[in-house]
Amino acid sequence: MSWINLTALWKIIVFGLIAGAGLPALFAGGLYTLSWGPKTARTAGADGGADSDVVVGGNVAGIVLAALAFLVILAAIGWSVYEIYTLGHPAPKK
Amino acid sequence: MSNDTILVLVVITALAFDFTNGFHDTGNAMATSIATGALGPRTAVAISGVLNFVGAFLSLTVAATIASGLVSTGKVTLTVVAAGLAGGIIWNLLTWLFGIPSSSSHALIGGVIGSTMAAAGGSAVLWHGLVSKVVIPAVLSPVIAALIAASGTWLLYRITASLTDGARKHGFRVGQIGSACVVSLAHGTNDAQKTMGVITLALIANGTLAKGSNAPVWVIVCCALAIALGTYIGGWRVIRTLGKGLVEIESPQGMAAESASAAVILLSSTFGYSLSTTHVATGSIIGTGLGKKGADVRWNVAGRMATAWVFTLPSAAIVGATAYGIAYGIGGTVGVIIDLIILAALSGFIFWRSRATKVDHNNVNSEWTGGVAPEKVPAETAAA
Repeated sequence: MSWINLTALWKIIVFGLIAGAGLPALFAGGLYTLSWGPKTARTAGADGGADSDVVVGGNVAGIVLAALAFLVILAAIGWSVYEIYTLGHPAPKK
Repeated sequence: MSNDTILVLVVITALAFDFTNGFHDTGNAMATSIATGALGPRTAVAISGVLNFVGAFLSLTVAATIASGLVSTGKVTLTVVAAGLAGGIIWNLLTWLFGIPSSSSHALIGGVIGSTMAAAGGSAVLWHGLVSKVVIPAVLSPVIAALIAASGTWLLYRITASLTDGARKHGFRVGQIGSACVVSLAHGTNDAQKTMGVITLALIANGTLAKGSNAPVWVIVCCALAIALGTYIGGWRVIRTLGKGLVEIESPQGMAAESASAAVILLSSTFGYSLSTTHVATGSIIGTGLGKKGADVRWNVAGRMATAWVFTLPSAAIVGATAYGIAYGIGGTVGVIIDLIILAALSGFIFWRSRATKVDHNNVNSEWTGGVAPEKVPAETAAA
């Protein structure tokens, strides 16, 4: 009997980083590619368009990449919920 | 016959605890979304309530830990469970009054351990289980959550460095809402199970269920409902401390915090650790402050919380032990009933005290001026 379950600990840290920081980073990547294109280009000038809140730039490749990123995130969430459900309801012991 | 009366009382008290649990912890999922304006306060608590309900059905691993891993079930009587719950509820309400996001799980576990010790002595507590499944995770989980949230925050700002502030804010609001929803689901999964565990413990103590049984379906449904309702009522005081008191949060930080919390809570519950969602959420929010240049963490607020965390287990234990003493001193069903009358009276008193410095969906986001109660604003500005 040990006080700390080291296997659980490293799994929580590694998978935690992948899911808890990696997935949001992927989301950020999606936002980044989504912003490609002419519509979000900052115009030169006093304000430089810095206050613009246009998210979609209009570049088709960018939009497709972003959609892929968002789909991967949704799939990852769906898969984890399914896994938790399966793990959380073990078949009754005989 | 009298035993069945006590059983019904225990189940009702347990559900009351579950309600305070939801109510105390709404902020864990929704505080940052409310603070950044990604969701309106009322919409946020409604969504969170529904997802807590759904989450309660996801897993039973933590319930098993509570029901069999912390106290030796043979020594637990219904009076012990009732007294333990009283300890948990009182501590939850007191910390809510002061707007401190303390752990509902520790309040519950502390209460049950206190009353068990009062009834059967220290040997009835499974100390190894308590330390390895509750105390050590309580210390480690906020640190891990902070690490993940800080990494996430740093990455998010790096990757979106070329975006305008406005675009970033808008884009991440969507992500923030999504991640906050996952935290609500995780909260339902993790926390509703604690009450399921306690009710199962009571049913085992009463002989209704065999030792080592899983929570019956009606228990799962009732717990899911109680926690969802509590969440929907919204613990505005705690939401305010978490969303405004610790760090001034922007939407990318909100998303990083919620994702880190969701990941840590869900991973830990699959391992059967009865983690405090509150500790994790607080760790995450502090982490987002650490991961962004120029963000200030209000360490005095964090310190006040950490102090409350240390005191939660022992304080709830003392209330639990006292409640057991009262019930045992009077004896029988009457003792338990008197305990619960005292509990209801105290709860009423705390609620009445909270009215003096009311925090609700109208002023939850007011400027942080050093305390949970916002400075009084004229009615016209408050309504704006």
